[in-house]
Parts: sequence; structure tokens; C-alpha cells
Amino acid sequence: MSAAVSTQLLDVISGAILLTAVLTLWRRDLAAIIRLLAIQGVFIAGLALLLGVTERSGELCLAALAVAVLKAGVLPAILRRVLADSGEVRETAPLVNVTASLLAAAVLTLLAYVLSGPLVALAPSAATRALPVGIAVVLLGFFMLVTRRRALSQVIGFLLLDNGITTTAFLATSGVPLVVELGVSLDVLLVVIVLQIVAARMRMAFGSTDLDGLSELRD
Amino acid sequence: MATGTAMAMLMANGLLPQGPLPDRGVTAAVVLLVPVVVPALAAGLAAVLGWRRWVAWVAVAASAAVLVAGIAAAVATVDGSVLAVGGVLRADALTSAMLLVIGGVSVIATWASVEYIGGELGAQKTTARGARRYAILVALFISTMAGTVLAANLGVMWAGIEATTIVTAFLVGHHGGRRAVEATWKYVIICSVGIALAYLGTVLVYYASQHSGGADGLKGTLDWTTLVAHADRLDPGVMRIAVVLLVLGFGTKVGLVPLHSWLPDAHSEAPAPVSALMSGVLLSVAGYALLRYRVIAVAALDPAFVRALLLVVGIGSVVFAASMMIAQRDYKRLLAYSSMEHMGLVTIGMAVGTPLAIAALLLHVLGHGLAKAVLFCASGQVLELTGTTRMDGVRGLLVRRPALAGVFALGIAALLGLPPFSLFASELALARATAGAGLSWVVGVALVLLLVVFVAIARPVAGMLFGPYDATDRGHADHGDTHEHPASVGAATARRWPSIVPLALGLVALVALGVAAPLDGLLQSAAAIVGTR
Repeated sequence: MSAAVSTQLLDVISGAILLTAVLTLWRRDLAAIIRLLAIQGVFIAGLALLLGVTERSGELCLAALAVAVLKAGVLPAILRRVLADSGEVRETAPLVNVTASLLAAAVLTLLAYVLSGPLVALAPSAATRALPVGIAVVLLGFFMLVTRRRALSQVIGFLLLDNGITTTAFLATSGVPLVVELGVSLDVLLVVIVLQIVAARMRMAFGSTDLDGLSELRD
Repeated sequence: MATGTAMAMLMANGLLPQGPLPDRGVTAAVVLLVPVVVPALAAGLAAVLGWRRWVAWVAVAASAAVLVAGIAAAVATVDGSVLAVGGVLRADALTSAMLLVIGGVSVIATWASVEYIGGELGAQKTTARGARRYAILVALFISTMAGTVLAANLGVMWAGIEATTIVTAFLVGHHGGRRAVEATWKYVIICSVGIALAYLGTVLVYYASQHSGGADGLKGTLDWTTLVAHADRLDPGVMRIAVVLLVLGFGTKVGLVPLHSWLPDAHSEAPAPVSALMSGVLLSVAGYALLRYRVIAVAALDPAFVRALLLVVGIGSVVFAASMMIAQRDYKRLLAYSSMEHMGLVTIGMAVGTPLAIAALLLHVLGHGLAKAVLFCASGQVLELTGTTRMDGVRGLLVRRPALAGVFALGIAALLGLPPFSLFASELALARATAGAGLSWVVGVALVLLLVVFVAIARPVAGMLFGPYDATDRGHADHGDTHEHPASVGAATARRWPSIVPLALGLVALVALGVAAPLDGLLQSAAAIVGTR
């Protein structure tokens, strides 16, 4: 693969990762959001594979496989189960409406470009120039986490944040050491499983997963 | 100081002789593996056999093994040397000090757990399944914390802190019900997000290390010793972003503003011995991560930036905690906010960063850990006795249960920094170090806040201890809430003394630390490793 082609591919994939993140803020249908998250997982795996091929690194290709299984397969499957159990198909009343969310997404993306200036400056290359995408996805995930009220939406926000971090890690460093990467993936998986169980308990205790019900503990 | 750091690094790189190697290698392996492996084995035993009284005592023995390993590590590292096993596990004086904190608090908490879970099973407040899960998770919790402080690699250290969130999630939710579910959800979501930010910071540090230049092969590493040795070559632009993320991220687990809101809920809903472990050790283990990163940050960046950042979150946390304590009506939440206040003080010590300040904050961490372990475990017994966590629901404790009330009162005295307890010495040393670094205004602010905290704690606690105890009130308080499980009253009365013993031991340790100062050498060595200027 020539350098020009791989650079173009890299840009296309990075763009797709950002686009899927923005679309999750646009959709209200939770099943569609989970689908978007899975698609984003495929693109992140593609990014790792592309970097692995251009750098001829078997370790990176292995990481790409792990990312594909986890982010496009296992995690969305768990989320679908939570969704099926809960019977709530839509994020009914986000604290910020869709139009405002999309405007906020634009502002956050600009902010990501400003923030990642020093990161790109350290080692300018095709990959690091795409770094603002990773940071933008982190910010969008954080935004989703604080503005949505369904428990499942919050988990999705957390996973979006994690996808952003994984993207940043691949773009900046071609992946942290495999041991650490595996540890992180395992942690994310366990956190989601823990949250799945807690969400089930929440339904038993409160009858819904609307987090406005969480108001007994305050001063 | 600088020579101490340099020597430690040379030794870690194998450039200085470490004594007869095979011998020392085996000792190091044993000392470093015991704190991780033995509690994990205790967890396995509990998984196989379920909760039994003797299995619970095995957990106490495992905690004692951590403490003994900590003492052995302290003896080996007090001179500034380093124990290492295969580049994965590593212990210097700082690690040893943290192992002492983990071991000491764990002994108290697991010992208290024997009566706590035994009582709950007797009163049918928990099931055999719940007790088994509790026993497994508490042992795993201790093992992961020990692993965190022993990790040579900052990535592994991160994974250890994240793992503590996972193993403690169901401990926070042990009691079930709406409040516990709510506390668990907040705890897992907020801490996971915080720790994810810390991971992003870790990635950026790795990125900076990949491009730090130089021909000696610093091609991307998270090994702490190597990073410290080359910290001045890390790119300041990237490191500035990384440090902000790390302080925010690990600060979440320390209970610092702005991501602190999980702390009072989790601490007040968790079973008392778990609160003791979380407040006494978990917070400071996350603080330990900040200590490790601070040395790198100060060398890579403008030290004034790092100091300002830590001062803002430190003072902010103390101010917030003090303001929440003033009108607090729940004693477990009062203790939780007090943890936040003390972690704020520790962070201020970190901001000062001189060897004196570091030694003082380590002593403070140890003292706070022991005092909080005593207080949370005692508050669990007060809850069992009275059935309420509201302070105005507890009256005349001194008349009803002199021993418990005495332990509680002495614990509060220790927490408030009264002599002869070690927090008096450490707070004094912290103030001296802060003033010595030209930050007298910080001392002034902190003193005012501590005065507020003193009143906020002392006044309601005095009511709990000495308040008029009305016999007609007894029917309401004792039987009003516990009538569903009358067995608990009998069981609690029968096992009064055994549950006081570990708490009394904690108080004795606090006095010994305050009066005899046996750890001065170790703490100074630790301070030489992560202190600056």
C-alpha cells in the first residue's frame, strides 16, 4: 500500500469514527445508538489494522482483532440484552434537546482541535494529525454521559468515551503495550457487566432505569 | 535527596551492587509476592468453602501477612534500596510505607468483618451467598490494592486502581435496596469515567516518552524508574495535558473535587468494614498514584504549574468537605466528608512537595487510615445498636455502651488531630512544611477550615456520647428498627468485647506512631524518592 493511499484511508476512517460519534447524539432510538456504537467499533478495529499493516506490526493486527471482537461484538451484545430486558426503546427526555446537542457537538469538536494542538506539534505525521478526532470523541462521550437520563444511555456515553481514548491511543502511539491494552479491554468489559447487573437491580428496586429516580442520597 | 533518587535508580537498573544476588532475589520475591498472592488465596478459599468463621479468620491472617511483608519490605528498603522481581513488581521505601497502611487497616477491617458478617448472618440480614461474595471480594480488594502499590509499570498501576472499582462495586451494594443500588451506580459510573481520564493521561505520557529523543532507547515506556530518570526530556506541551487528566482522573478515586460526588454515598452505604477499607486505604492508594506521577510532572513541567493545580483541587476539596460537614445530620456521611477533607490536606502536602511535606503526608495517610478504620467499624456497631445513622437518633452512648463509646470518642479525638495521636504530629509537620515553602496563606486558610471541621464534628459527637438518654426513647431506638430481627440484639450483646479488640489495637497503634515515631527513617527515605527541592 502506498503512503498516499494509506493516508487517505486513515483520514476516511478517522472521519467515520467522528461521524458515528456525532450520530449517536442525533438518534433517540436506543437500538440505533447501539448499532452506531458497533459500527464505530468496526472502524476503530479498521484503524488498528491499517496502522498494523503500514507499520508491519503483528502485535497491532492482534490488537485490531481484539478490538473488533470486544467493541463490535461483545459489548453491543451486552447492551442489546440490557435493552431487551428493560423494554425502554427511546431516550425519552434528554436534558439537552437534539438540536442543541448537535450544536454542542460542533463546539466540542472545535475545542478538541484547539486542545490537541500541542499533541500534534510533538510529532506531526498522518496519524497524529488525526488526533483531534480521538479527543473529540472523548468529549462527545462525556457530553452524552452528563446530558442523558436513562441508565443505558449513560453506559453508552461511557463506552463512547472509551472508544475515543482507544482511538487516541492508536493514533498517537500506535497502541500502548499489548499487556496494558488487554488489561484495559478486560476492565471495560467488566465495568459494563457490573453496570448491567446494577441496572437490573435498579429496575427491581425502582421499576425503571430513569436516573431521576436516583435521588435518595443527597445532603 | 537527589543522590538518594539517583542511587535508587542506579540500583534498580542493576548498576549498583545489591548484595549477594541469589539470596536477596529470593527474599525480594517472597516479600513482594506475599501481599498480592496470599489475600488472593484467601479469596479462593472463600470462593470454595463459602463464609465460615474460620475462613473469615484466614482473611485476617492474610491481612496480617500483608502487614508482615510490609514490615519486611520496610526493613529492606529503609536505606533507600529497591526490591524488584522481574521488572514487574518493585518496592522502594514509598511502596513499603503504603504496604504498612494497607496491611494495618486491612487487619482491623477483616477482624471487624468476622463479627460483622457473623452478626448479619445471625440476624438474617444477609444470606450465605451474600456472605460468601463479601468474603471473596474483600480479600480480592486487599490483593488488588497491594498489587497497585507494587507495580513497577505505571500502566499496570492504572489497571490495579481500575480493578479496585470493579471488585468493590458489589461490596458497596452489599445491603441491597434502593439506596445501595443508587450508591453503587454513582460509584461505578463516576469512578470509571474518572479512571478513564487517567488512562488517557497515561497514554499521553507514553506518547511523550516515545518522542523524548536521545539515543539511549527510551522508545515508549511506562516503567516508572525509567520515566523518572528521563523526565526532563518529556515534551512539556503534551505533559501539561497529561498531568491535568491524571490529576482529574486519579483525583476522582482520591475523592477530590470536581468528581467527588460518589464518595459520601458509597462510604455511607457500604458495610462498615468496607467503608473502613475504602476510606482508610483505597483513597490513599489512588493518592499514591498521584505521588508517583508528581515527580515526573515536576521534572517535565514548570513546577509552579503542578503546584498550583494540586493546590486548587486540594484546597477546593477541604472547603467543600468542611461546608458539607457543618449541617450534616448523618454520622456515616460526616465521616465520609471527613475523609474528603483529610485527602484534601494530603493533596496540599503533595502540592508543597518538599521531602518534609511528603514524609508528613505519608504519616498522615497512615494515621488517617487507622483512625478511619476504627471509626467506621465503631459506627457500624453504633448502627447495629441504635438502628439509625442520624446523629440526633443516638444519645447517651457513654451510658449504654461505655467501651464502644470510649473507642468512638478516642477515634474522633485522633481524627481531630489531638495529641498523643499521630495525626497531631503529621498535621503539625504538614503546616510547618507548607509555611516553609512560602505558602503561609495556605496554612492560614487550612487552619480556619480545620477549626470549622472541629466544631462540625465535636458538637454532634458530644451529643451522641453524653446526650440525655431517655429510657422511653430506648424502646423507640432499640426496638423500633430492629424488631424484625430480635436475634441481632442478643447476638450483639454476646459478642461485645471481641468486636472492640481490633479497634482498641488500632488506637494503640495510633498512639505508638504519635509518641515513639518508629517510622521516621522509612518515611524520610520515601520522601527522598518522590520529594523535590
